[in-house]
Amino acid sequence: MILGEYIEEAINWLTENFSGVFDAINSFMSGLIGGIEMFWMKTPFYIVIALFTGIAYWKAGKSNAIITLLGLSYIYAAGFWDETMQTLSLVLASAIIALAIGIPLGIWSAKNHTVNKISRPILDFMQTMPAFVYLIPAVLFFGLGTVPGAFATIIFAMPPVVRLTTLGILQVPKDIVEATTAFGATPKQLLFKVQIPLAMPTILAGVNQTIMMALSMVVIASMIGAKGLGEIVLQGISQLRIGLGFESGLAVVLLAIILDRITQNIGKK
Amino acid sequence: MIKEDKSKDEILSITGCNVAVRNANLTIREGEIYVIMGLSGSGKSTLLRCINRLITPTEGKIFVDHEEITKMNNKELLNIRRKEFAMVFQHFGLLPHRSIISNVAFGLELQGISKEEREKKALEIIELVDLKGYENQKVSELSGGMQQRVGLARGLANNPEVLLMDEAFSALDPLIRAQMQDELLLLQEKMKKTIVFITHDLEEAIKLGDKIAIMKDGEIVQIGTPEEIITNPANDYVEAFVENVDRSKITTASSIMFPKPKVARLTKDGPSITLKIMRDSGTNILPVVRTNRTFLGFIHLKDVIDLKNNGINSIESAIKESVMCVSPDSVIQDMLPLLSKTNHIIPVVNESNHLVGVVSPTSLIAETTGKNKGEINNIIQKAIDL
Repeated sequence: MILGEYIEEAINWLTENFSGVFDAINSFMSGLIGGIEMFWMKTPFYIVIALFTGIAYWKAGKSNAIITLLGLSYIYAAGFWDETMQTLSLVLASAIIALAIGIPLGIWSAKNHTVNKISRPILDFMQTMPAFVYLIPAVLFFGLGTVPGAFATIIFAMPPVVRLTTLGILQVPKDIVEATTAFGATPKQLLFKVQIPLAMPTILAGVNQTIMMALSMVVIASMIGAKGLGEIVLQGISQLRIGLGFESGLAVVLLAIILDRITQNIGKK
Repeated sequence: MIKEDKSKDEILSITGCNVAVRNANLTIREGEIYVIMGLSGSGKSTLLRCINRLITPTEGKIFVDHEEITKMNNKELLNIRRKEFAMVFQHFGLLPHRSIISNVAFGLELQGISKEEREKKALEIIELVDLKGYENQKVSELSGGMQQRVGLARGLANNPEVLLMDEAFSALDPLIRAQMQDELLLLQEKMKKTIVFITHDLEEAIKLGDKIAIMKDGEIVQIGTPEEIITNPANDYVEAFVENVDRSKITTASSIMFPKPKVARLTKDGPSITLKIMRDSGTNILPVVRTNRTFLGFIHLKDVIDLKNNGINSIESAIKESVMCVSPDSVIQDMLPLLSKTNHIIPVVNESNHLVGVVSPTSLIAETTGKNKGEINNIIQKAIDL
């Protein structure tokens, strides 16, 4: 009980004293999301479908390209196109920020034992705390809307890429690291010429996981007003329209499959 | 605590720290292959890593060309690792995501040398280690032996003063290993690098080393040339090693030959004197030399008698040329095949073809079997009697 009070105090204190900071973050994130959303919304649907199908064909092969084509066609035909593009924008924006923070953090904790020790329990916390809980401070900081949704999504989606980046770098064989050092590599050369390239498959697995988790979170984020497919799912629940809930839920699944197939294979080749 | 002269086990039980290397004093001269030998855990790899400070020793000093490695700051260290040292590893330590050529050029890349220049240099080295045609392959597509050639090439591409080889051939299968050892020796003849070679295999140490240091529990127990180690082990530990060595690969002709054998001198000794020498030394065959001891061939008792009976004064016509000469450095293993071609003594000649000694088949067999000559003679006698 008492812990809860402290947390409340802390959040209140943060909102009161750092409102300027939160406003800045708010405008930055809404700008980023808005920009991405603008791109997907302005681009005609058939070009978007062609683009995704093309990327899927290039990276993930013929069968995945067909899945992508059919999936996006269904989404368009079912009338969820705009919502899907909103969701996609939110996922991409959140994932970009999560990766931009998560990958360097993962590298740092691979290099520094203390950082690793500190970040580990924090990551555990971030991953296991029920995702809904993040919505509350997000609303307090940023009000209702898409930005707090993105904020909660970033927190929820960041841990996998941090962990897998750390793991990937620590898994680079000791003798290769030693050999590189023996030939006079600086720590920077070691990182960029050896450790990151060798850790890349693991890091990309982390990227994939982060994107997947971001997608699962943006639906929940609709509860605090984030736009997109989540809204329709929520509508289906609140109005007990099982058909609408199922249709929009299927759109989420298809989007997930497409993003998963593409990001899973992005490192290959 | 090391200074208090406590033993390794004592220090371990008190502090929980393992003493990897202590009291290791060695001088490695330019251009020699210096082998540090010991079993796993003897501290040999740690010692090697102290040389380029992959591990910084807690005590002691290391000098390379009068520069104290142990005092260097990071920048100097980086520089010396790039220019002076190169290292070859047991498990190769190659970059699996890169091609052979970019692996070989890696050291140069770290130095910031342009792609064109470093690849040109890398190609030369690739040719040197016999990997031409493989330069664009991935590391994983090569066999272990070939991968280690890449490892060696990467080391050589830097043109280092000192090559540090950490059990470089230990992960290879025996045939490839022997081949790599031979090639290293060949390369060394051309390059004259200073090589510090770590191994747990005494035979390898003997084959490669100009000098060998044997380590046990972090301390050096003996330093010497291969011959010194074999013939004069410093203590029981070294002796136990030496016992298991295949002597036929180490013992040289010069150590088992009979030096200054009786000879017949062409032009000076006629048939009668030759006959007398044979009778005096109780043999039916003599090497024939010029007066400056240039080896000419052998002469047999019955031919000398024929000469004498026919009244010929020179022994020249009766000399049987022998092609089966060995040099003083030949090892027993190389001499054994000659036994199937001759049952006579084998001449040992130096590089100017002077006779320096002879090896009798009996002593050759005695050396390889460990039986004494009396026993061998008995066995041979029995065989003849049958």
